[in-house]
Amino acid sequence: MSKEAPERVVDDPNVAMQNSPEFDQLRSKFRRFVFPLTALFLAWYFLYVLLSVFAKDFMGTRVLGNITWGLILGLLQFVSTFTITMVYARWADRVFDPEAEALAQKMGVTK
Amino acid sequence: MSALLGSAPSLVPAATTVGNPAINIGIFALFVVVTLAIVIRASRNNRSAAEYYAGGRAFTGRQNGIAIAGDYLSAASFLGIAGAIAINGYDGFLYSIGFLVAWLVALLLVAELLRNVGKYTMADVLSFRLRQRPVRIAAAISTLVVSFFYLLAQMAGAGGLVALLLGIEGAVGQRLVIVVVGILMIFYVIFGGMKGTTWVQIIKAVLLIIGAAIMTFWVLAKFGLSLSTLLGDATTASQDAGGKDLLQPGLQYKNPVDFISLSMALVLGTAGLPHVLMRFYTVPTSREARRSVVWAIWLIGIFYIFTLILGFGAADLVGAAAIKAAPGGVNSAAPLLAFELGGEILLGIISAVAFATILAVVAGLTITASASLSHDIYNTVVKKGTATPEEEVKVARIAALVLGAIAIIGGIFALGQNIAFLVALAFAIAASANLPTILYSLFWKRFNTRGALWSIYGGLISAITLIIFSPVVSGKPIDPLTKKSPSMLQGVDFHWFPLDNPGIISIPLGFVLGYIGTVTSREYNAAKYAEMEVRSLTGHGAETATHH
Repeated sequence: MSKEAPERVVDDPNVAMQNSPEFDQLRSKFRRFVFPLTALFLAWYFLYVLLSVFAKDFMGTRVLGNITWGLILGLLQFVSTFTITMVYARWADRVFDPEAEALAQKMGVTK
Repeated sequence: MSALLGSAPSLVPAATTVGNPAINIGIFALFVVVTLAIVIRASRNNRSAAEYYAGGRAFTGRQNGIAIAGDYLSAASFLGIAGAIAINGYDGFLYSIGFLVAWLVALLLVAELLRNVGKYTMADVLSFRLRQRPVRIAAAISTLVVSFFYLLAQMAGAGGLVALLLGIEGAVGQRLVIVVVGILMIFYVIFGGMKGTTWVQIIKAVLLIIGAAIMTFWVLAKFGLSLSTLLGDATTASQDAGGKDLLQPGLQYKNPVDFISLSMALVLGTAGLPHVLMRFYTVPTSREARRSVVWAIWLIGIFYIFTLILGFGAADLVGAAAIKAAPGGVNSAAPLLAFELGGEILLGIISAVAFATILAVVAGLTITASASLSHDIYNTVVKKGTATPEEEVKVARIAALVLGAIAIIGGIFALGQNIAFLVALAFAIAASANLPTILYSLFWKRFNTRGALWSIYGGLISAITLIIFSPVVSGKPIDPLTKKSPSMLQGVDFHWFPLDNPGIISIPLGFVLGYIGTVTSREYNAAKYAEMEVRSLTGHGAETATHH
């Protein structure tokens, strides 16, 4: 334990890691990817909900045979959910995991 | 899924059952024997807490993903959504979209970070950097309440279904079935622990998805593989029978604000359901937790597309009148469709799958609630963290026994209650009391104990209060067809809250209270926050799988 600044817990490896530029970068990389995507799918979902309750005539209009706009947009919710799932999993496996593991390794050494 | 549940004006003459009860019981008994054998095998290694609560964290992402689908696709999703689509068309479909999109919240924001931080329960994560005792108690109460309402819904559903599926009529027979389901569930949980429960859920998910797939393609084949033809025939059949156009929105949800409220609860509730969260601890790493959700999303999504076809198929091939008149009401659409397509054998298979569904879901709920009682309340609060893992597991088993007994009694009491109401209540409480605290805890540096307590208790109390004074409990006008009010209580009216679902008020309230509680308290634990954040993102220090 260092005696110079006990209240800043600088010797705590977790605090040191949390304050390091690498960790800062990992966190903002994660948030910059995940937050906009969350905002996007929530906005798209609530747009669909609002259309279903306030634009009933439009949603009930038949487009292809008996398939309505409501069904098409609803099935597109499935498509967008699957797409976001794949995009995120791919990004997390290829971009995020290697960097996170590198920092975890580093923590293992510092410990 | 609606008030029609349990009301059965007898349009079907004399015999209210379809199919052959012996076949239904036989196929179900086969499922029970197979799963019991697996549970007994799994019970050999259940002494340590990690084994009992988390299956040794040794499941693969794919296995866990299938188990999550098995846990999530409850009787309300399978029977309820298919029935809601058959009766209300497009509006029934809206339900399934909320249930699916909700998984993105779990995937992007919750699953992996939670897996890295926690050990056995939701409270592990919530109390990590806050004051242990008060936060654990609050999280445990919320876990118990959510799990209990969900459990009641499943038990009530089990009793209601029996009339149709097994030919057991009358209150005594239905109660007997609830007792049998309860005892089986207690056995699975006490002996099998999380490992046994997971295998039951995996087997059930595989059976359910295969069963639904067979029926879906069967239905499509009857309509020349054309979705448009199916939709056209189904809407014509419905309109010929005096119904409305099934493709038009608004058949089920008349009040736009009510539907928005429900949609919020559905999309934000899933990532706050304790029995869903606990499943993430059964895999060895956060990467496998991610893989679990990816598998779960694919399986659940594909399954809901099947229910769309099944619902419209039932609307055309069975007809709304026959569905409403059947003993199980709306919930009988899928079994009746199975009978229409494949006779006694297919009905037997689908009935057995429906029971397997209820069993697997109640087992998952019971292990979650018993883990919270033992790990959060007994160990941390009563024993101040000094209980040995053996003691904890022993207490968890006793808790499972007690909870199972309460669920049996509650299930008998809740018989004939609206399943959708109980499930929607569980989702609304999860979204109001649990999700704000989970998100704040993981992402907001400043968050503290007061914020957590205000958010959990505020969300919990407001959601329950609004439900009690909503039209679901009292005051809906009497339905001329059934001569009963669709509300829970008959003959009284003390409602003042206009909506069926409290989400639109209680969810924002949970977030706001969490914020106000936090900014009015100066508590902040820098070291624990650092440990939690580093652990959540890098996985450093996270719990690892047990090895034999």
